[in-house]
Amino acid sequence: MSANVAAAAKAAPSSGETPAISVKDLRKCFGDHEVLKGISLEAHKGDVISILGSSGSGKSTMLRCINLLETPDSGEVRVDGELIKMKRSRDGHQMPADIRQVERIRANLAMVFQSFNLWSHMTVLENLVAAPTHVLKRPRAECLEQAEALLKRVGIWERRNYFPPHMSGGQQQRAAIARALAMNPKVMLFDEPTSALDPELVGEVLRVMRSLAEEGRTMLVVTHEMSFARDVSSKVMFLHKGEVDSVGEPKEMFARPPTPQFKQFIANFNK
Amino acid sequence: MEFLNDLKDQVSTAYELLAAGWGVQLLWGIGWTLAVTVVSMLIGAALGSLVAAAKLSHRGGLRFIGESYTTVFRGEPELLIIYLFYYGGTQVLTGVARSTGSIGSTDILNMPSFLGGVLAVGIISGAYQAEVFRGSFLAIHRGELEAARAYGMSAWLRFRLVIVPQVLRLAVPGLGNVWQLTIKDSALISVTGVAELMLTANKAARSTHHSLLFYTVAGILYLVMTSISTPIFEKAERYTSRSFTRPK
Repeated sequence: MSANVAAAAKAAPSSGETPAISVKDLRKCFGDHEVLKGISLEAHKGDVISILGSSGSGKSTMLRCINLLETPDSGEVRVDGELIKMKRSRDGHQMPADIRQVERIRANLAMVFQSFNLWSHMTVLENLVAAPTHVLKRPRAECLEQAEALLKRVGIWERRNYFPPHMSGGQQQRAAIARALAMNPKVMLFDEPTSALDPELVGEVLRVMRSLAEEGRTMLVVTHEMSFARDVSSKVMFLHKGEVDSVGEPKEMFARPPTPQFKQFIANFNK
Repeated sequence: MEFLNDLKDQVSTAYELLAAGWGVQLLWGIGWTLAVTVVSMLIGAALGSLVAAAKLSHRGGLRFIGESYTTVFRGEPELLIIYLFYYGGTQVLTGVARSTGSIGSTDILNMPSFLGGVLAVGIISGAYQAEVFRGSFLAIHRGELEAARAYGMSAWLRFRLVIVPQVLRLAVPGLGNVWQLTIKDSALISVTGVAELMLTANKAARSTHHSLLFYTVAGILYLVMTSISTPIFEKAERYTSRSFTRPK
């Protein structure tokens, strides 16, 4: 870990409140390839952290380790102070000790995927009420009302009875963000939400994400959108070869890249 | 001219025979054929989904059981399986009943013919349905299953809300195929004495010596049943895949 990380960690708000997400020394291998080599991260309520890095740097894997879509080999993840309990299986791999705990925590960490992953056999409205009614066990009428309001907010209320495959990528991703909001999540995880979109559709999704950041949502965003990272997020984290290369305040980071790797990375984007 | 007169005679004989009661018998035969097919399909669906789950399991033992099931019941002649269940079942039942003293030492406890028949055809149908279900599960978009996990759904909720509806959608064309196979397999049950269409046609042909007539009529009736089911399955397919076809 470089000196910048330590400095950034010190500069982070340390009001003593429990971080919404706290990740310590996360490691993960796929076969012989070590994808994460000890990543740590803290996100406080209201933080919007952009996670940058070239492909293969481990940024998506890190995000997927937080909600246990990937199981880390070691390290700890806390959500709202609660440690996700892990145990060792007989063959020595780490696995969740209590799947009910993982399911409960996942429901608080709504994820938005690169390829939307809306349930294709349900209408948009059904997509929004499925998890709140069945996982959170909230009354259906209340969920429907909230779902309609959320669809209005992301601008696709007219499409509420459409099936996802009948909509454009931008509309599907806005529906997926609404599906995430319907969980009233503590933290939202975005895994390259605009990477699968045609360039002209990126703007509509970023506008929604920007409005979420403005209302104080806690967001972890793996992205290649440099303008979002620089202008919207409250913190930028740059991963390089499975390690945290640098962390800092976005304008500062982009104005004066703290490491040669980050300088190289943004130079490639400005080409 | 003579040929035409001959044909006229044939038609009037056929009419007389069918009107004399064989027509009604053949209709009953259709009823039993459909009953055998529907019950066998249901048994096959239950077995097939279990076998598909076993074949997709992480556990080697379960996978082996699933593989063995589909290998054996797709690889053996249907008739052999039916004989095995009907006559073999009779032997087992008789043995058990004699040893418990429920029947005399020379009595025979027959396997009920309908039960033995639908079990055999259902088990065969299940082997083909297992392959259909397995293929359908593998065709589900992985991301949708991942989203279900990411939103905190338990294994049971993922199964009920995402896997079952999608497997059904993807399985409809394949199940239409199995349905046709099962209708045809049901004819083999005639050997156990269930009065389905094949057995009825057989009886009629033998007792009237009009084999050509009755086997042709039965053939047409089978063809009617299989061809009526095609548009029904097409309709089901259109409905279950409505989210992927263009809205009107």
